[in-house]
Amino acid sequence: MELIELKNIYKTYYMGDIDVPVLRGITLSIGKGEFVALMGASGSGKSTLMNILGCLDHPTSGEYWLEEREISRVSADERANLRNHKIGFVFQNFNLLARTSALENVMMPLSYTREHLSDKEVKRRAEELLNRVGLGDRMHHEPSELSGGQQQRVAVARSLINKPSVLFADEPTGNLDSKTSEEVLTMFKKLNVEEGITVIIVTHDPNVARHTQRQIRIHDGLIVNSQTSQGGSQ
Amino acid sequence: MRLFRMMRILRTALRAIGKNPMRTMLTMLGIIIGVGAVIAMMEIGTGSSDAIAKTIARMGANTLLVLPGAATSGGIGFGAGSSMTLTPQDCDAIIRDCPAVKSAAPLVRARGQAVYQDRNWVPMSIYGTTADYLIVRDWTDLSQGDIFTDKDVRNSTKVCLIGQTIARELFQGSSPIGKEMRVLNISFKVVGVLSSKGANMMGMDQDDIILAPWTTIKFRVGASSSTSTSSTTSSTTSTTSSPSQLYPNSLTSLYPVPSDTQAADNPQPVRFTNVDQIVAAANSTAEIHQAIDQITALLRERHRIRDPKDDDFNIRDMTEMTNALSSTTTLMTKLLLAVALISLIVGGVGIMNIMLVSVTERTREIGLRMAVGARARDILRQFLIEAVVLCLAGGILGIILGCGGSYLITRFLRWPTETSMAAIVASVIVSASVGIIFGYYPAWKASRLDPIEALRYE
Repeated sequence: MELIELKNIYKTYYMGDIDVPVLRGITLSIGKGEFVALMGASGSGKSTLMNILGCLDHPTSGEYWLEEREISRVSADERANLRNHKIGFVFQNFNLLARTSALENVMMPLSYTREHLSDKEVKRRAEELLNRVGLGDRMHHEPSELSGGQQQRVAVARSLINKPSVLFADEPTGNLDSKTSEEVLTMFKKLNVEEGITVIIVTHDPNVARHTQRQIRIHDGLIVNSQTSQGGSQ
Repeated sequence: MRLFRMMRILRTALRAIGKNPMRTMLTMLGIIIGVGAVIAMMEIGTGSSDAIAKTIARMGANTLLVLPGAATSGGIGFGAGSSMTLTPQDCDAIIRDCPAVKSAAPLVRARGQAVYQDRNWVPMSIYGTTADYLIVRDWTDLSQGDIFTDKDVRNSTKVCLIGQTIARELFQGSSPIGKEMRVLNISFKVVGVLSSKGANMMGMDQDDIILAPWTTIKFRVGASSSTSTSSTTSSTTSTTSSPSQLYPNSLTSLYPVPSDTQAADNPQPVRFTNVDQIVAAANSTAEIHQAIDQITALLRERHRIRDPKDDDFNIRDMTEMTNALSSTTTLMTKLLLAVALISLIVGGVGIMNIMLVSVTERTREIGLRMAVGARARDILRQFLIEAVVLCLAGGILGIILGCGGSYLITRFLRWPTETSMAAIVASVIVSASVGIIFGYYPAWKASRLDPIEALRYE
């Protein structure tokens, strides 16, 4: 079985009397260790799909299997638990806590885990991750003292602190210039290749998608094209 | 492990609060002022009501009056205090055996004229008693001289203490100490002058008093139990000013005076010495009832009264004064409570206001925390703890402010204050509950946010 299996996922928003179907029967599977780009124009439903994949939302109908468990109908608390343990998020606007050091930002998700880690252990893990994303010397800087690329790397470190099975990046380079974009994407690739982490990048930018192994295109709530390219070639 | 978790949550809350110190300070100000005012008011209030309690106690709220019972003869009652059942030994026994009684003194009353040189005066009260009387009345601070001693009482020494009014009327400013004055034609040496006590609750001048050993009044002045007070008064008045003294013949006796032989043939039974009343003081206002019960039991035993029979004595307490005292205290407490409640509600509304603003401002943060795995209840707890920490910190600062304020008031205005531990504990509890009550709604609002919406919030 694959890491992620979607079977005939529908998502409909109800706005007063009008039903707005956003996803209209998505069937998709993503294997462990894949590096995928989820592409589509704005309004195509790719954000909704990512929310469902990321356990932030549940589908109106359909099945969602994550690591051999059907989770389309679980409670909000259980979804929170899944997000905490299996999923890492990287956002377009970084979403770091202001006036909080990089180290503490990275440590933050661990305050919601059910397993009990000692302060020392938490700190050790966070430091290790910051070193891995190349910010070992900036651990005690606040987000306002870091460049955009550095902030995004802090966010990546934060998303990895719980050793997730899958990493979602929602337009991770949207707020970065092309040079730092390259750096961040290279980092994702490195994590994917070296650590075997499954990475799903949501983007509308073909230049970003080019870095990935597989591109999934969505149009009007349906997958129109799922192709595997020889990603990684510059 | 739970403790460990709590510590981490607490640290997060402290960090969140510490991020905006100016706002935090302003938010806490409501609670600080509220609690500070409560503490200061409580301390001043407790101090004042203690002072009031002491004043009322000085007025005699703790005093108990033991009166002999009413005598009846052939169906005719003679009114309260007409039988002669109380003895000085009863008084000693009360002091010895009743733990709720601070002190007690026998009282023998007389009425008549006091003369010094060319001036005379009829004092309101001439009491024969022991030195303990002054302890009972809380009157031990003399303005001049000294109290007579137990030895004076045993020897029926002719010494007396006089009140301020007597000192003024008879001695006119010159020191009365060591002077001889005549009371009911007996010469007394003044050994002390009482301090001024003013009028009592009935408006009677309490300084218009002469105190002497009760043995002296009883046996030398030949005064009287209360039954014969009126006749003594009239006869003593006559001894000093009526012509009867000048013309002894006009005094006709009803019965022939028995000769020595007759007296020897028909010996009169020797009667025990009685006193007019016993005054006692309870240790405190709260112990008055205990004291009454103890004295009753003791006197019944001493007077050998078996169960179905009524007491041959009465005990009176100053119920009116005690009630006044307790109603003053309750009124004060209620007033303070009202003030406290209002100020804490105002402070709580301030906290709620700021917490709501803070939730709106930190919507993105809440969304992020939810995205990385915070459950609704984690968010609720976080904001609730922030509110409680704010309130508690405000409460503690308020306590410091209040204590400091009341200290300054004692220092500079010389008002009596008293540190009230109860008020401090109550303030801490109340400010924590204010935090929970007024912090709950904003925290609940935060926990109900949809993570997707919250993350998108600008």
